[in-house]
Amino acid sequence: MLMLAGMGTLRRSGRRVPPMYEHLVAPFAEFEFMRRALVGTTALALGAGPVGVFLMLRRMSLVGDAMAHAILPGAAVGFLLSGLNLFAMTAGGLVAGFVVALLAGLVARATELKEDASLAAFYLVSLALGVMIVSIKGTNVDLLHVLFGTVLALDDATLLLLAAIATVSLVVLAIVYRPLVLECVDPNFLRSVSPAGAPAHIVFLALVVMNLVGGFHALGTLLAVGIMMLPAAAARFWARDITAIIVLATAMGIISGYAGLLLSFHAGVPSGPAIILVAGAFYAFSVLFGRAGGLLRQLFPGRHLEA
Amino acid sequence: MIRRRHLLSLGASLALALSLPAGARAQDKLPVVATFSILGDMVKNVGGDRVAVTTLVGPGGDAHVYAPAPNDAKTLAAAKVVFTNGLGFEGWISRLVKASGTKAAVVTATRGVTPLKMAERGHEHDHGHDHGGSDPHAWQAVGNAKIYVANIREALIKADPDGRAVYEANATRYLEALDRLDAQVREAVAAIPADRRQVITTHDAFGYFERAYGLDFVAPQGVSTEAEASAKDVARIIAQVRKHKIPAVFLENVSDPRLVKRIAEETGAKIGGTLYSDALTDENGPAPTYIEMMRHNIRALSLALES
Repeated sequence: MLMLAGMGTLRRSGRRVPPMYEHLVAPFAEFEFMRRALVGTTALALGAGPVGVFLMLRRMSLVGDAMAHAILPGAAVGFLLSGLNLFAMTAGGLVAGFVVALLAGLVARATELKEDASLAAFYLVSLALGVMIVSIKGTNVDLLHVLFGTVLALDDATLLLLAAIATVSLVVLAIVYRPLVLECVDPNFLRSVSPAGAPAHIVFLALVVMNLVGGFHALGTLLAVGIMMLPAAAARFWARDITAIIVLATAMGIISGYAGLLLSFHAGVPSGPAIILVAGAFYAFSVLFGRAGGLLRQLFPGRHLEA
Repeated sequence: MIRRRHLLSLGASLALALSLPAGARAQDKLPVVATFSILGDMVKNVGGDRVAVTTLVGPGGDAHVYAPAPNDAKTLAAAKVVFTNGLGFEGWISRLVKASGTKAAVVTATRGVTPLKMAERGHEHDHGHDHGGSDPHAWQAVGNAKIYVANIREALIKADPDGRAVYEANATRYLEALDRLDAQVREAVAAIPADRRQVITTHDAFGYFERAYGLDFVAPQGVSTEAEASAKDVARIIAQVRKHKIPAVFLENVSDPRLVKRIAEETGAKIGGTLYSDALTDENGPAPTYIEMMRHNIRALSLALES
């Protein structure tokens, strides 16, 4: 941000400005809301990127979507109780998400029902409960509107929340990294050497919920899943090493935020969908050209190896 | 036996007679429906004691994105006249009318109003969101409200010819009040210095006000509250506020305030308060009727722009 501001003053002092600057940097130098949006999406990508990679590796890619639905009613109730209040909506979303994640996990571990089935059951109940509470309360202001985030209108409190979520996510991931990776790769081995599997799993689900709640302030509940899963799926086509995948996914998330905001600025399209569509373009490109299992690579393995 | 039956029927008719005044009045009243609170208020003013008005989207509700409930279909089925704004304002009403199977006459209150095409908004900004091309917020000009009242009067007379005298008298009285209101608004606008007649609001609801009274409104959201703003829109508005030194931004009761708050913070314009655009407040709020709403808006505008 400081650097961008510095370049802005350079321009004003009359130096020749390269056209690249006009398109790529000037929007952020000139407008504070663009800088805030960039900081917000970057913080989001830092936390959600690694979480998304673990979700993918654990074959839980759709869990993010289910959790997003589970969170929505909590946030809606928070909104109904105290209006457009950051704290109430965050707390509501966290509570609803945690409860659903915990209950689904408990049922999965205590009964024969698989985790995806119990999660589906609980998030659907949560969603229906939320819709009912909202209807009984009888407000007509469309809640989806309020629940759609506005990345262009991030205030200080929301930015701090996003940064805090990113920080906590990274620190916690560093702590539970080993059991998480082991459980992705060889859960039976982990169970035989350590009891850390179950707690690590629950902590991880908590991280998923936290990042989704952070994401819905910036992008809305449904698009928040996009910045979590799309970069992870794209990164998988470029590397086989888990560390490299995480770094790549996070970088793609950050670039998606930046490019999506630029797209929204120059082409006049809504910013949230623009960001996710850029991430989607990364994914499409990776499916085609990715070095690790991309389509072209599979069709012409020889030629690429020679090059 | 016979005597007992007589007694019973005597009691019943006595009870009926006792309850007759209240019951008869409720039954004799012409049941009509208005789609949103502003229109409902106008119908109440013309219909007076002879009609029972039900409003589908109540005070504080957003009619652009309203989701009808089964009760609404029941209300419609019982109604004799259904008043709608038209011009694409309540896109859900035609389906609801069909679904309810009502035999009520559907009256478009804006019939005869010169619709404002979105392209006619003579600004450098060109809205990407096209909602059938017409701006539905016709009531924001008092002149149009008088057309609404005339349409309502004719429709009520047609549905209930016996009440002609009452409806005509009520309408005349109400039209006089609207004339006074119109003069009041013009007076207030004239008192604002010409170079300060520019305002930022949350969604584009004041096109007719602008055309009738010469105050310039700019909004990041389009005519419908459904459209999401792009970074380009927000940047354009911020640049406009800075360039023209627009003194104040306003919030609305039906749409998301976060974006306008951000714009205010970034430009130093002050927040002039809340304008009531698409819905009234309940009885304790500042805009319980159409006339009160217009008075509140012009007072808020004057306060923020004159000084």
